[in-house]
Amino acid sequence: MTVYRPPVIPASEITPRSVYLRRREFMGIMAGAGLALGVGEARAEAPATVPLKTVPSRYKVDEPVTSREDITTYNNFYEFGTDKPDPSRHSGDFKPRPWTITVDGLVGKPQTFDVDKLIAELPIEERIYRMRCVEAWSMVIPWDGFPLKALLDKVEPLGSAKYVAFETVVRPKEMPGQSGYFQPMPWPYVEGLRLDEAMHPLAILAVGLYGQTLPNQNGAPLRLVVPWKYGFKGIKSIVRISLVEKQPPNSWNSLQANEYGFYANVNPEVDHPRWSQATERRIGESGFFGSGRRPTLMFNGYADEVASLYAGMDLRANY
Amino acid sequence: MASTRSALVDGLIGWGTYVVGLVPAAVYFWLGATGGLGADPVRSFEQTLGLWALRFLILTLAITPLRQLVRINLLRYRRALGLLAFWYAVMHFTVYLTLDRGLIWSTIIPDIARRPFITLGFAALVLLVPLAITSNRWSIRRLGKNWRMLHRLVYVAISLAAIHYLLATKVLDPTQALHFALVVMLLGYRLARGVFVRRPERRIA
Repeated sequence: MTVYRPPVIPASEITPRSVYLRRREFMGIMAGAGLALGVGEARAEAPATVPLKTVPSRYKVDEPVTSREDITTYNNFYEFGTDKPDPSRHSGDFKPRPWTITVDGLVGKPQTFDVDKLIAELPIEERIYRMRCVEAWSMVIPWDGFPLKALLDKVEPLGSAKYVAFETVVRPKEMPGQSGYFQPMPWPYVEGLRLDEAMHPLAILAVGLYGQTLPNQNGAPLRLVVPWKYGFKGIKSIVRISLVEKQPPNSWNSLQANEYGFYANVNPEVDHPRWSQATERRIGESGFFGSGRRPTLMFNGYADEVASLYAGMDLRANY
Repeated sequence: MASTRSALVDGLIGWGTYVVGLVPAAVYFWLGATGGLGADPVRSFEQTLGLWALRFLILTLAITPLRQLVRINLLRYRRALGLLAFWYAVMHFTVYLTLDRGLIWSTIIPDIARRPFITLGFAALVLLVPLAITSNRWSIRRLGKNWRMLHRLVYVAISLAAIHYLLATKVLDPTQALHFALVVMLLGYRLARGVFVRRPERRIA
C-alpha cells in the first residue's frame, strides 16, 4: 500500500508574501490572455441603433416572433468570432457608417451607393421571415429592408449576367475574427445567387431589425436575407455586389464542398452529412425543459413562392 | 488497521472529488433552468457536459505522466476522475436524447447509426461502460492482469471522444484545438514511452 507523503517544500518554492498579495493582478493578466483568445467578456458596447421609417408588407410569418434579445445575442458572424455570443460582444469597434456599396460587373450602369441615401430613397418594408440555420436551429425575425431587385434594377443588368456575387467587408482592426492566429476561414466572406433567385420578391437587403437600423452583430449596415435558404447564404456587411456570367464561389462551399452547396435551399429531406435536417429547434420557444423541436418545412415554408425556381432540378445533387 | 484507515481516507478523497467534479454540471444546470445560458440553453448545456466529460478523461490520462515525469502522485484521484468522465458522458447523452432531440426515436436512432459524428460519440460512451462497471477493488482483484488490458480501452474512448468533439462544429475553434492537442500529447506520451523505454516501472500502484 502506497502512502502519500507530502514532499518537503524548499524555501525557494514558497511564494513570497509580496507576490502572493499581488495575485489579483496575476488573475487580471490571465483574464486578459483569455480575452485575447476570444473567451472573455464584452469590451465595448455596440453603438446605438436608430429608428427606421418602415411600411408594412404582405410577407409576414404568422408565428411568434423571436425576441430582440435572442436575435442580437445568438449570431453566426465569424468575422467577430465563432462562438454564438461573440458577435454581440466583440463588434463594438465596428463602424457601419458612413458606408458605400459598389454594384458592378455585367451591368449597364455600375454605381457606388451610399447606404443612408438608399434607405432615404427606397421604401423600407417590414418583412417577418423564418430564419433556418444549417445547424438546425431557427428563429422568426422582423427584418426591415428593400427587395434586392430594387437595387439591381438601378444598375441595369446586361443579358449576359446570370449570377450575382456578394462580398463582405474586410476590416481586421474592427473585426477581431479577421485578425490573430485563429481565423476560421479566408476573407472576404463571399456568397452568390442565381440572377432569378436574386430578383425574387422574397430576396431582400435588410437594413434594420425590429424597426431600428441593424446592430453590428446582425450584419450592419446592410445584409442579404433569402428566407428559403440556410442562414449562411445571408451574407452580412456587404461592400460589393457584382453581376457575373458564371456561378461565383461561396465561402462555406469553398471550405467544405460536401457539406455546403451553392444553392443551400432549406430541405428537410436532404441531410447535412453530420446531422439530420428533418427537424429544427426554434430558439426561445420552449426554454430549457421543452425541446422546442419542430419539423423543418420544404424551402423553409416558402415552397409556394419559390419552388418553381427549381422545377426539374435534382435538389439532392444541387444541395 | 492501517489498511482500514487508508480505505477511509481514500473514500473521503473519492467522494470529495465527486462533489467538486459535479460542480460544473450543477452550475450549468442552474444557469440553464434560470435563463442564464443565453438564447439556446439546451445546446449550451449539452455541449458543456460533453466538454467536461472529455476534460475528465484528459485528467484521468494525465495522472500517469505527472507521476512519471514530475513525480506528482495523484493516483488516488484517478478512479473518481474516470467515473466523473463517465457520468458526464451519460449526462451529455441524456440531454441529447431528451432536451435536445425530445426523445423522437425515429430521428435519433438513424442519427446514431448513420452519422459518424454521432456514432463516434456514442461509441466512446459505450466503451466507458465496462470501465465504469469494473472501477472497483473487487473487479481489480478479480480480473487481475486482464483489468489492465480492459482499461486500455480508455485510449480508444478518448480518441473517439476527441474526434467527436472536433466534428461538433463547422470550423475549428481555439478551445477545440487546445483539448485535441492535449489528447494527442497524452496518447503520444504512451506511444513514445512504449517505444523508447524498454520496461516501464511495474510498481503496484
